[in-house]
Amino acid sequence: MSEPIIKFDKVNKWYGNSFHVLRDIDLSVAKGERIVVCGPSGSGKSTLIRCINRLEEHQQGHLTVDGVELTDDVKAIDEIRKNVGMVFQQFNLFPHLTVLENLTLSPMFVGNMPKKEAEEKAMVQLNRVRIAEQAGKYPLQLSGGQQQRVAIARALCLTPKIMLFDEPTSALDPEMVSEVLDVMVELAKQGITMICVTHEMGFAKAVADRVIFMDQGQIIEQNKPDAFFNHPQTDRAKDFLGKILGH
Amino acid sequence: MQAPKAPPKKRDWSWRSQAFRGLLYQLIAIVAVVSAVWWLASNSMENMRVRGIKSGFDFLSQPAGFDIGEELIGYDSNNAYWRAFLAGVVNTLRVAVIGIVLTTILGTLIGVGRFSRNGLVRGLCRAYVELFRNIPILLQLLMWYLMFTELLPEAAEPARWGNVFLSKGGLTYPIPVWAQGFAWAIWGVLAGIVASVFYRRWAKRIFEETGKGRSMVWVPLAIICAAGILGWALGGAPTAMHVPKQGELMVEGGGSLSPEFMSVLLGLTFYTAAFVAEVVRAGISSVARGQSEAASALGLTKSLEMRKILLPQALRVIIPPMTNQYLNLTKNSSLAVAIGYPDVVSISNTAINQTGRAVECIALIMAVYLTTSLSTSFFMNWYNNKSAIKER
Amino acid sequence: MSETLNYQFIESRPAPMRTEGFMPWIKSNLFGNWQSSVTTFIVGGLLLYYVPQFLSWAVFRATTVNDADACRVAGVGACWGVIKEKYRLIIFGRYPFDEQWRPLIATLLMIALVIASCTRALWSKWLVVLWVAGLALYFAIMHGGVMGMSVVPTDRWGGLPLTIMLATLSIIFAFPLAVVVALGRRSHLPAIRTFCTIYVELVRGVPLISVLFMASFMFPLFMPAGVTIDVLIRVLAGITLFAAAYMAEVIRGGLQAIPKGQVEASASLGLSYWQTQFKIVLPQALAMVVPGLMNNFISLFKDTSLVTIVSLYELTGSLGLALNSDANWRPYKFEGYLFITAIFFAFCFAMSRYSLWVEEQLSKSKLR
Repeated sequence: MSEPIIKFDKVNKWYGNSFHVLRDIDLSVAKGERIVVCGPSGSGKSTLIRCINRLEEHQQGHLTVDGVELTDDVKAIDEIRKNVGMVFQQFNLFPHLTVLENLTLSPMFVGNMPKKEAEEKAMVQLNRVRIAEQAGKYPLQLSGGQQQRVAIARALCLTPKIMLFDEPTSALDPEMVSEVLDVMVELAKQGITMICVTHEMGFAKAVADRVIFMDQGQIIEQNKPDAFFNHPQTDRAKDFLGKILGH
Repeated sequence: MQAPKAPPKKRDWSWRSQAFRGLLYQLIAIVAVVSAVWWLASNSMENMRVRGIKSGFDFLSQPAGFDIGEELIGYDSNNAYWRAFLAGVVNTLRVAVIGIVLTTILGTLIGVGRFSRNGLVRGLCRAYVELFRNIPILLQLLMWYLMFTELLPEAAEPARWGNVFLSKGGLTYPIPVWAQGFAWAIWGVLAGIVASVFYRRWAKRIFEETGKGRSMVWVPLAIICAAGILGWALGGAPTAMHVPKQGELMVEGGGSLSPEFMSVLLGLTFYTAAFVAEVVRAGISSVARGQSEAASALGLTKSLEMRKILLPQALRVIIPPMTNQYLNLTKNSSLAVAIGYPDVVSISNTAINQTGRAVECIALIMAVYLTTSLSTSFFMNWYNNKSAIKER
Repeated sequence: MSETLNYQFIESRPAPMRTEGFMPWIKSNLFGNWQSSVTTFIVGGLLLYYVPQFLSWAVFRATTVNDADACRVAGVGACWGVIKEKYRLIIFGRYPFDEQWRPLIATLLMIALVIASCTRALWSKWLVVLWVAGLALYFAIMHGGVMGMSVVPTDRWGGLPLTIMLATLSIIFAFPLAVVVALGRRSHLPAIRTFCTIYVELVRGVPLISVLFMASFMFPLFMPAGVTIDVLIRVLAGITLFAAAYMAEVIRGGLQAIPKGQVEASASLGLSYWQTQFKIVLPQALAMVVPGLMNNFISLFKDTSLVTIVSLYELTGSLGLALNSDANWRPYKFEGYLFITAIFFAFCFAMSRYSLWVEEQLSKSKLR
C-alpha cells in the first residue's frame, strides 16, 4: 500500500487546560480517497479537519500531510497550505474584491503568477463550478449558493492535492444546497482527495469511499457508506443515525 | 399593443385626506418658525437701537486697535478687523491641522496597541483610553497650561539640549534661513512625487505581466527624498540657520512655539487620540475572523493579509467616525479662549467687547466652523459612496 | 475497513501542558516571542522607574496639614493640605459659606432621583410625578425664600452642584426634543424635514462655546425690552439645544435600523402615525441606541465644564476662584487640578460602567 497522504498518529488536542477535544485520533487517508466525517455537534469533527491545514494546533501526537509533518515550523505550514484547499461554512469570501479578484489574489501575490495567466486559470475554475458569468460581480451581490461555489473555485485555483470542506452547505437555504452538492460530486469524480464534514447523507452515499463517525473527540466507527448507514455497528452510531434519518 | 398608461392621480382635497393634512401641518410649521424668527429679529433691532449699537458688517474695515499675541500673517493693531479675524482663522487652522496629524499617529498606535501580543502594552493602551476619555477637555487644557507656565524653568535659565531651549517662554529651536536652495528643494520634492507616481504605475504593470513584485513603498519614498536633496544641492546647498541664543532675560532668535500654542496642541492631541484609538480598535474588530482564516488557508503572508484583506475592510469602517473626531478636534480648538491662545473665537470675543456687534461676530465664527464641518461632511459622504461594499 | 463491535470509550484526560493559569499567562502575554520580551523589559523598566517616583511625590512624601508653610518645606511631596483647606470653596463655589448644607442636600436629592430612575423596578408613570416634585423641592432648597431659608441668587450657585444640575436638567429637557427632531428629520413632509435638518446641521457644525456665547450675549438682545432672563436659564437653554441636536442624530440612526415591516404591520393593524411611533418604533429604536445615548450623556457631563468661560463657576471654574486670589495656596494649583480630575473621572467612569451594564441587560433580552 502506498504512503497515505494524511496520517494522524495518536493526535490529541485540548482547548485550555481541561477540554479534551480530540482524543487519541488514529487515521490514515489514502491519495484520492473521499471521506465524509459526521457526528453530533461538539464531537470535534471541524477541529479534526482544521488541524490538517494548521488553523488549529494539536498538542500531542504526529500529524503528517503529504509527507511533511505539521509542527510550529512556519515554512512547513506554508508548504502544506499550498497543497490543501479549504471551503468554510460561512464562505469567507473577501467582500471588497470582485469574484475574479478573490480567485487571482493568492496565485498572483503568493504564487507570483502574471495577471493574465492567473485570470485564465481562474476562469477555468469558474467554469468548472458553472459560475463564469459572475466573474465581475462582488460577493455580496450573489446568492448564498453562488458564493459557496465561488469559494470552492477559489480553493481550487491553487491546484491543491487535498480539499477540505467544513460543513459547506449548513449555512445555505435548502434550495441552494443541491447546486453546491452537485459541484462537489463532480469534483469527487475527478480524483481529488476530499475530506468533508457534513450532514448531507445523500452526498455521502453517492460519493464517499469511507464514512467516519465521531463523538466526544474520538473516532467511534468508520466504514463504507453502505455498511455504515444500513448496518451501524455501535450503539452511538445507531442512535445518531436514528435521529438524522428518522424523518 | 402598448401597455395601458396609469390613470392620473386623483387628489382628494377633503378635510381628512392625507395630502391636505400634510400641507396643513407644513403650513403651520412654516408660519410658526417664520413668525418666531421675525419676533426675535425685531426685538433685537429695537434693543440695539436703544443701546446705540449699529448693525451691519461695515465695522470689518475699521482699524481694530488691539494686538494679537501670536500670528502668522504680519498683523499690527492698525490693521482692519477683517485682518484680525483672518489672523484668528490662520491660528485655528495651524493648531487644528498639526493636531489632526499628531492625533492620527498617536491614536492609531494606541488603537493597534490594544491588539498587541504583549499584555503590558495592551493594559497601558487601555488605561490611556479610559483616563483621557473621562476627563473634560477644558480641564486637560488648563492642566497642560499650568504645566507649561508653572513647572517649566524660567525664561532666564531654560532647559537646553544643544540649540533647543525649553522654558516658560516656550520652545525655541533653530530654523533655517530662507534661501534659494530651499525653494529648489521643494520643487525637487514635487518633481519626486510626480516621478514616483510614474514609477508605481510602471511597477504595477511589470507585476501584472510577469508576477514579479517590486517595492511599492520604499523605492518611491527614496525617489522623493533623493529629488528633494538634489534640488537643495543644486540651489546652492544652503546651511545657514537662525540659531537661538541665551539672552539676559530670555532666549532670542530662532523659531519658537509659545506655551499657549503648545498647551492647546498637546491637550487637543492627547484628548482626541483616546477617541481615535477607540475608532481604530472598533474598525479592526469589525473585520470578521473568518477573513483571516480564509487568508491563512490561501497561503497569504501576514503582511499581505493586512494590506489586501484586513486594512481595506477596516478603513471603510474607520474613516467616517475618524473624520468626526477631526471635526471635534477643530471645534474643541475654540477652547483656546480659556488659555489665551488667539484663535478665531478669542479674537471674535475681543471684537465683541470693543464694538458691541455680538450678532455679527458670532455669525462670523459660526460661518467659519460651519464651512469646515459641511465641507468635511461632504467629503465623507463622497468617500462613503465611493468605497461602499457593493451589495444586492 | 470495519471497526470492532465495541469501541473503547476514551476518558477525558487533562492537558499535558497547562495553557491557562497565572504562569502560562505570563509566559504567553509577556514573553511570547522575542519582540514581546524586549518590549516587556523596556516598558516594565520605565514603569518601575517612574511609578515609584510619582507615588513618592503623591503619597509617601505628601503632607495633609492645612498650613501653607508645611508645604514649602524642602523635600515635601504633594501638598494635599490645599484640598483640606479649600475643599468647601472648590466643591460649592461662591454659595454662602453657612448655607452650604443646602446645595449638599439638594444635590444628594438629585443624585438619588437619577439613581432611582436607573433601576428597572421604578420605571412607571409615577416616576414623572416623582421628578416634578423632586425638582420643585430642589429649586426651593437652592433658591430659598421659603421655609425661612434666605434667598441665594443664581449667580452664586456654583461648583459640583452646578455641574450635576446642568448635566441632569439638560439631559432631561434635551431628550424629548431630540426624539421630536429625529422623527421630524424622517418625516415625509418636506418643510418639517428641512427645518429639522437645518437645526441639526447648524448646531452640530459649531462648537459649544459659540452656542454658549450666543446664549450669554445674544439672548438678552432677542428678548423684548425690560424682560431679563436669568443667566442660568439662558445657559441651560443653550446646552439643551446643543445636546438635543447630537442626541437626535443618534436616535435617527436607531430609527433607520427599524425594518420597514414594523411600520407596515402596525399600519395594517389600524394604528395612527403617533401610536405607531410611540408604541412600536421608538421603544425598539431607543433600545438599540442606548450605548450611543449613554456616550452623549457622558460627553454632556464633561461639556458642562465649558460654562466656566461664560462666568458660571462650576467645578473647574470654582477651583480657579478658590486658588487664584489666595497667594498662599496658589502654587499648589496642580494638586487642586488632580482633585477635580479625580471627581470628574469617578463620575464619568461610573457612567460608562453603567452604560456597559445596560448594554448587557438589553442583549440578554435578545438571547432566546
